[in-house]
Amino acid sequence: MSKKTLSTEEILHIAKLGNLTLTEKEVELFKKQLSSVIEYIDKLQEVDTKNVEPLSQTTGLTDIFRKDEPDEKRTLIPEEALKNTKSKENNLFKVKAVLTE
Amino acid sequence: MDKKYQPIIGMETHVELKTKSGMFCGCKNDPDAKKPNIHTCPVCLGLPGALPVANKKAIEWTIKLGLALGCKINKLSKFDRKHYFYPDLPKGYQISQYDMPFCYQGKVETSFGPVRITRVHLEEDTGKLIHQNINGHNVSLIDFNRSGVPLVEVVTEPDIFSSVQAKEYAKKLRQIIRYLDISDCDMEKGGMRLEANISLLNVKSQMTNNKSNSKFKLPNYKVELKNINSFRFLERGIEYEIERQREILESGKTPIQETRGYNAEKNITFTQRTKEEAADYRYFPDPDLPPINISEKWLNEIKSTLPEPFDGLFKRWQEKYNLKPELVELLFETAEESKKLEELFKKCIKEKLSVEKFVNAMVHKKIKTIEEFKKMTNIDEVSDDDLKVIIEKILKVNPKAVADYKAGKINTINFLVGMVMREAKKKIEFQRLQDLIKSFL
Ligand SMILES: [Zn+2]
Repeated sequence: MSKKTLSTEEILHIAKLGNLTLTEKEVELFKKQLSSVIEYIDKLQEVDTKNVEPLSQTTGLTDIFRKDEPDEKRTLIPEEALKNTKSKENNLFKVKAVLTE
Repeated sequence: MDKKYQPIIGMETHVELKTKSGMFCGCKNDPDAKKPNIHTCPVCLGLPGALPVANKKAIEWTIKLGLALGCKINKLSKFDRKHYFYPDLPKGYQISQYDMPFCYQGKVETSFGPVRITRVHLEEDTGKLIHQNINGHNVSLIDFNRSGVPLVEVVTEPDIFSSVQAKEYAKKLRQIIRYLDISDCDMEKGGMRLEANISLLNVKSQMTNNKSNSKFKLPNYKVELKNINSFRFLERGIEYEIERQREILESGKTPIQETRGYNAEKNITFTQRTKEEAADYRYFPDPDLPPINISEKWLNEIKSTLPEPFDGLFKRWQEKYNLKPELVELLFETAEESKKLEELFKKCIKEKLSVEKFVNAMVHKKIKTIEEFKKMTNIDEVSDDDLKVIIEKILKVNPKAVADYKAGKINTINFLVGMVMREAKKKIEFQRLQDLIKSFL
């Protein structure tokens, strides 16, 4: 694989997907860092996978289910559920409006 | 609308399954929860380290629905992570299915033609957002009770060509799902949510460009009409969209590819979010959830729980009892209820009562039992044996009528029926008496 440096647009796109705001300095920093990460991962292309089935799991497990039974031992009370949020209102999580008409 | 433009519509329908517990956790599935955030746990709140485990019943019900829609079932399936940022999605991804849905390639019949089902897959529901203004600030409040409830998505091909057909399809789908008794499809509570992808095809330009090919090419844009919670709004929203898009096309432009909502009060659609770029969900297999083999044995077990096919039931009842589907469909929802209904039909036949009239009375007079029906029609209880004695007597004293009947004057039987009723001093079903008398003649 040829060396490739990610563009500013690509970095901003990735940041947007991660809901991150980056400074110009950070964009430059991540351009270099992410490009080298991709280059490193690209090493995998060297492996011959012609006769290998695609794999989505490495545990070897299959067909792990639970019965359709409520397990309220693990249910949190609202106070616990909301314990780590700064922004709440009457046992509801509160965020800035996400939808406006 | 003129025939210059042909609406092309595909639908995506989300339905919450009525399992007892969540899709990947043991939280209670409770659409009627009285308070917010009372059914949450580390799994459905997306807390670090929590491990989801799939609800077997939800998988079986999804496959059951797929089978009822004539789908093929994947022998190997899996769950994938669909990534996007939205406050109702605590993990930053939704567990869904990408390239290996449980079911694919089915069909729903409508009076306008078949609507092909692309796929039926299983995912988890998100939390519920409540939009409010608090102290002058617009905020969104989040209730995660619904987060992690099993959610089935049924996707169609763009085989729907009018708002009326879209409504018929959606109603039919709801009937089938309710018949299987896997969801209440309560649209007001969000238990069934409709989305329509709408675009207009310029029929004339297609005909000149595409003479040799009978298959049309899809328009190069589509507008997604989201979160519609009634059949009437679906119909109206699509109507509005068709008109809006027609005006844009007429002015020589192409409608923007976007998601729109429907405002029922104003009866308009409005922009929700413009898709500047194709959605980038970065799907990948969820490493927390091992793949699922749907073995022949398991599939057969699920098949054995399927009721008589929905369409087949109506056809059979029409042939056997002369019942109109549009009438009898008002009397039941689940397959279990249809069985109880048919028990009543059988009882009607046994008592020589008309099933057709019984169904009519059930629909229009709101009666529920055969006893009520008899009372209503004033039909008295009288045994065949008692009647036979009276009939023999009447036939003996009316030899002329008997002779006339045998000579071909078949209307004479009405006279004999009247005589028997008078003698019996009872109201008896006409058809029943006629049949009995005929057996003597
Ligand atoms: Zn939970």
